[in-house]
This record gives sequence, structure tokens and C-alpha cells, in this order.
Amino acid sequence: MIQRKVTDFYECEAVTREHLAILSQLFFRLPEKQYVGFATLPNQVHRKSVKKGFDFTLMVAGESGMGKSTLVNSLFLTDLYKDRKLLNAEERINQTVEIIKHTVDIEEKGVKLKLTIVDTPGFGDAVNNNECWKPITDYIDQQFEQYFRDESGLNRKNIQDNRVHCCLYFIPPFGHGLRPVDVEFMKALHEKVNIIPLIAKADCLTPNEIKKLKDRIREEIDKFGIKVYQFPECDSDEDEEFKQLDKELKECTPFAVIGSNTVVEARGQRVRGRLYPWGIVEVENQSHCDFVKLRNMLIRSHMHDLKDVTCDVHYENYRAQCIQEMTSKLAQDNRMESPIPILPLSTPDVETEKLIKMKDEELKRMQEMLNKMQQQMHDKDQ
Amino acid sequence: MAANEIDVFANEEKRTLDLGGHVGFDSLPDQLVSKSVAQGFCFNILCVGETGIGKSTLMNTLFNTTFENEEASHYESDVQLRPQTYDLQESNVNLKLTIVHTVGFGDQINKEESYKPILEYIDAQFERYLEEELKIRRSLFNCHDTRIHICLYFIAPTGHSLKSLDLVTMKKLDSKVNLIPVIAKADTVSKSELDKLKIKIMSELVSNGVQIYQFPTEDEAVAEINSSMNTHLPFAVVGSVDDVKVGNKMVKARLYPWGSVQVENENHCDFVKLREMLLRVNMEDLREQTHARHYELYRRCKLEEMGFKDTDPDSQSFSLQETYEAKRKEFLLDLQRKEEEMRQMFVNKVKETEAELKEKEKELHERFEQLKRMHQEEKRNLEEKRRELEEEMNAFNRRKVAAETLMGQALQGCSQPFKKDKDKKKANLNKCD
Repeated sequence: MIQRKVTDFYECEAVTREHLAILSQLFFRLPEKQYVGFATLPNQVHRKSVKKGFDFTLMVAGESGMGKSTLVNSLFLTDLYKDRKLLNAEERINQTVEIIKHTVDIEEKGVKLKLTIVDTPGFGDAVNNNECWKPITDYIDQQFEQYFRDESGLNRKNIQDNRVHCCLYFIPPFGHGLRPVDVEFMKALHEKVNIIPLIAKADCLTPNEIKKLKDRIREEIDKFGIKVYQFPECDSDEDEEFKQLDKELKECTPFAVIGSNTVVEARGQRVRGRLYPWGIVEVENQSHCDFVKLRNMLIRSHMHDLKDVTCDVHYENYRAQCIQEMTSKLAQDNRMESPIPILPLSTPDVETEKLIKMKDEELKRMQEMLNKMQQQMHDKDQ
Repeated sequence: MAANEIDVFANEEKRTLDLGGHVGFDSLPDQLVSKSVAQGFCFNILCVGETGIGKSTLMNTLFNTTFENEEASHYESDVQLRPQTYDLQESNVNLKLTIVHTVGFGDQINKEESYKPILEYIDAQFERYLEEELKIRRSLFNCHDTRIHICLYFIAPTGHSLKSLDLVTMKKLDSKVNLIPVIAKADTVSKSELDKLKIKIMSELVSNGVQIYQFPTEDEAVAEINSSMNTHLPFAVVGSVDDVKVGNKMVKARLYPWGSVQVENENHCDFVKLREMLLRVNMEDLREQTHARHYELYRRCKLEEMGFKDTDPDSQSFSLQETYEAKRKEFLLDLQRKEEEMRQMFVNKVKETEAELKEKEKELHERFEQLKRMHQEEKRNLEEKRRELEEEMNAFNRRKVAAETLMGQALQGCSQPFKKDKDKKKANLNKCD
């Protein structure tokens, strides 16, 4: 199961070796310069990171029956959802959203990954779905807060990073585009987590319909100002093929995916797929669906970028907001103690002082003028 | 009246007689048929389902034509119903078809009120028919019957079971209309999943007491086919109006990279079964059920609400006429009372306004008087000042005259000895100023 195609890091290692070879050649060509050796840094980083292991938290959200569990199983080629109890329609009328975490440790070519899947059963299932995304935003904020406290604590050796790195949102393919509940959910979350919208169950759409739906969804995402996860621009010195692939990838969003838990026989091979009377849908066939693109993007090339954006953008926003709120609260209530030492902010004070002085002087001048005028009137009267 | 006559008939024995020859009343059904064909038929379908689930496409496929329908948006604030009526003709049979679509169903975030517009629409059609029935001059055979004969409920193929909204809505609709659930977009469900899904849906419907329409099995001619169809409910349908070349024929199908789903292929979906049941076998039964069961239920509830009863507590039958008259009198009394009330209110209001106006007038008067007084005072002040000024002027003039005469006298006499006097007088004059 693990002996499959290259993973992200295996490729990275190969590339590093290549670079190392070229660099060492360069150095040997120039007789004046001696080989220093810091070109092995990438190798060292690689070794250390393999030893440390990686972690990744993925959230899946969408209505019940969209194929979320099947897709997660297909992505990571495991069965995460054994013995799952599904509710009846009657029980779901007033269902509230729960948050369930599954954590697994998987390993491939010596690289360990601690994968956490955060599931949101009950989202969008009740008859009244007002604010059904609130438990989800609360959960994400909680994880940020937890990390914030840990980071500001005294002992920072073993911080557990439970922040959500990516949220896969499943859009039903039965409609004409985004529905109000989709829009509201994404707007509530787009500044807290990287959202990747997916078109679920794409085997009910012909290629034309898929194209139309994707255009529609992209249009509506722009219209409503939803900030979904953007792939980083590739460097200008990458080769044309890479740039072409990157461009194709970006034009393909949102990905139309199909998942499957079963293996079927197609064209003489055993593949993951769905068996219909009229044909076989192969999950890993690029002309059938975008599953391969999603997997490559999510796991093989952009996993680390997702983590970086979460740390650098979403978490920092949260942190800044948190601190601002705390300082404004402190200003009002001096008795409250803050767990975090806050430096005295000098610059803003000086400015305000100056302003106050100016205003005082103005006031004095106005007062004097008033007095003079009063005096004059008094004299005239006399 | 009628009850007594029926009693008389019950006592007599009913006898069957044999006929000696061919009389000919066996053509009665044919006469009925030719009459109804001449009249034309009318059929009303209500399609309930989420936006984009394939209602319009299925209608187009069923009737093999294109009904104009614009794509609905997902952002309607509440559910609306859009009826459209078409005249179709097939081998000299005229059909007046009305298709009602729900717009915006299932799109709102809070769907608790979603079923209400649908219920209201169905009730409104029943009400219309009831009104026509209760008229004095009625033309039932001419009137366009808009009562819904069948409601197709489109279930989204999520793969697990019904959605909560589906359950709630179907429970509300099952007693008002013939309800047939269909699984829409069935080309996303594989064969094994489909069987499981059908079983799950039926069990959920049964356990929640939802009564869907069962094809009738009393009539021998169609009993067999109907009872076998009953086991295939809910039908999993796929709709398409595009023609695709399969083999060497052009058939209606959906073309995918991995194959094509043929709409009329029984292995692929249940479209053919639906068409068979709906249009070819049971259409008349649907109309009958609507009239005999659902409409009668509505009528009974409505009339009971209005206070009509078939028998009163003493089990003596009421005549509709008497009850109606009593009701009418009540109603008129009510009206009169209301009129009186309104008149009273009107009179009161007028009085109030009058009183207000009078007060305002008084105020204005007062102000006027006040201003007048002020004006007069000022006038007096001014007069006084004027008089004072005039007196001063007169005094000044007199002195002036006196001084001039004195000067004249002084000039007439010697000037020098009187210089001192002059100076004195001048000084006097100066003092006087």
C-alpha cells in the first residue's frame, strides 16, 4: 500500500541531491574557491524533519450524504470511518452540529504523518439551519486560543499544534451554484481557515455541466467576496511545463471530485471506482474527475504551504485581534491582570499629549478673546 | 326528504333479470368516452423539489416536448409556486396540462416555513372548486379544474436516506394530495446503493406514517402490473432532452466520459415505469382519487368549520338551507353591529377634532389681543416722547425769539454801555441752553 508513487519529500530529496551535485561541480571548477559545505543544509533540514515527523489537521464540512467520508478514505487510502452510525431523517430535523476528531498516524518511506480529520456531522441537516456554522467557528477559535496560550506560556517545549490547516467544503452538484447556506458558511470561515471548495458527487454531471457549474461557482465566489485558498504563484524561473501545470490547476478550481471505497475491475486493472450499469467511473482517471489534481495539490505539493498560510496569516490575524481586545479592555479596567506582559506603548501617548496641549492653548485664546469682548461691551454701556 | 325514499327502496328486493336479446346499452361506456374526449381532459401536476434537482427536465422528458422554464436562482427569500398551463394533443385526445413548480424550495437557511406556500396553494385550488360548487348558477363541467391531481416529490440522492426537510414536507402533504416520491438524478447512485436507498426511504416513510399514493390493485385489468410497480417505489429517474447516438439509434441519454445513461433503458433507471404508471395506466385513477378522497376531505373540514353539520346532537338531520339561513342572519347582524361601531367612532372623532379646533381658535384670539395691547402701549410711549420733543422745541423757539428781541432792543440803543448787559444776556442765553 505504501509502495506507490513518489511522495512530496522523496521528490524533494532527489532534487536536493541533484542540486548538491551541480553545486559541488561548480565549486570544483573554480580552483580558487574551496568547497565550504553549507550546500548540504537542505539535506540536514530533510533529515531533521523526517525525524521530527509532521502533523496536519484537515476539516471536512458539508451536508450529510455528500461523500465526505468516502473522499477522505480515498485520499489517504485508509478506512477512517469504521462503525459509523448514521442518523435517520426524523432524528435530523433538529440536529445540532457536532465536532468529531479522528487522529491517525500514517507512515510512508520513513516519513511519519500525524493526520487529524475534523468531521462536522449535522451541518446543514436540520430544517432550521440558522447559524449552524457557529460550533465550527467556535472550534477553530478555540484551537487558536489554545495555541496562543501555549505560545505565550513559560514552558514551550511540547506545544501541540491542533490548529485547523485546511477545510474542504463540499458543494452539492444538484443545484445551479452556491446556495445561501454555502455562502454564509464560507463567509464566516474564510478569514479563519484555508477553505478549498469542492464539487461533490461529480459523477452526476456531464463535462459541459461541470464546466458551467465551475464557472458559476467561481463567479459567485467573486461576487460575494469569499476568500478561498489561493495557490501561491510559481516563481518566474520555473520551467514552462511546471507553469503550465500550475495554470491548469488554478483554472480547474473548484475541483469536481468523486470518491470510492470499493475496488473494481476496469480495463484489465483493479482500480478504485464506482460500478454502474452504463460504465465504470474511475476515481483516479483525470478525464473522469479532478480527484488526482486534488490529491496532488493537497498532499503532494501544497500541504506545507497550507500550514504556512494558517500560521502566518490566519493565526496572526487572530492573535493581533486578541491582543487589541485585551489592551482595550485593560485600559478600561485597571484591576484586571493580564497573563501576557504588555509593553508600555509610548508613541501613541506622545502624540495625544501634543494634541491635548494644542487644544488647551486654543481654549485659552478663545477665553481671552471672549473676556475682551465682554469688557468692550461693558465699557460701551457705561 | 331523501332519507325516507331510500328506506323505501331498501325494503324491496333487487332482482336481476336476463335479457332476451341485444338491447344495446353496452355502448354506454363508449358514449361516455366519446363525450369526455370531446370535452377534453385536464391534468394538474405539482413538482416539489430543491432548485436544480431536475423538475423541469423530467417534465420535458415525460411529455416529450419543451416547456418554457427559466432557471431559478438559489437566493429567493421564500418558496413560491409557479403554475403554467399547456394544451397538448395526441391522436384526437386533448389534454389541458397544468404544471406547477416550486421555486426556491430548500434554499433558505431556515426552512421551517417552506411547506406553507405549497399547502396554501393546494388549499386555494380546492377552495376555488368548492366555491364553484356552492354557487347558485354553476357550470362545473365548463370550469377549469385546477385541483392538483398528483404531487411528485423529488428526493435528492444523497445516498443515505431522506433529508429532514423532505420528511417534514411529505408528512404535511400526504393528506392533501396524491404523493409520489421520486429519486431525482439517479445516475449518481450505483445499483447496489440504489436498492439500499429505496429500502431505507420506504422504511422511513412508513415509520413516520407518511401515506404515499399506492397504485390501485382492485381492477383486475391492471392489478398485476400495479402491484409489481408498487414494489419499485420510489422510482429512480433520470431526465434528458438531448439525443445521443447509441448503437445505431438516436435515444434520449446523458453522455458521460465513462458511458451514457439511457433514459428509456429499464436497466439504467425507472423512467419508463414512471411514465407507464403516471400517464398510461393510472391517470384517471389519480383524478378520481383527488376528487373522491382529498377534495371531499377538504370540503368536509371546511364546511364543519363554517358550522354546518350533518346531524345535530338529537340526531335529527339538518337541512343545509336552514343552517345557511341562520348563518346568514348572524352574519348580517354582525355587519350591522360593526357599522354602528364605525359610525360611533366617526362621530367621536369629529367631536374631538372640533374641540381641538375651538381651542386653537381661542389661543389665536388671545395672542391677537396681546399683540394689540403691546402695539397700543408702544404707540402711547411714542406719543409721549413726541409731545416732550415738541415741548422742548417750543421752549427752544420761545427762548430763541426772546433772545432775538432782546438783541434787537440792545442794537437799537447804545451798543457799548449795554455790552456788559449783552455779555450778561449772552451768558444767560448760554446758561439757558
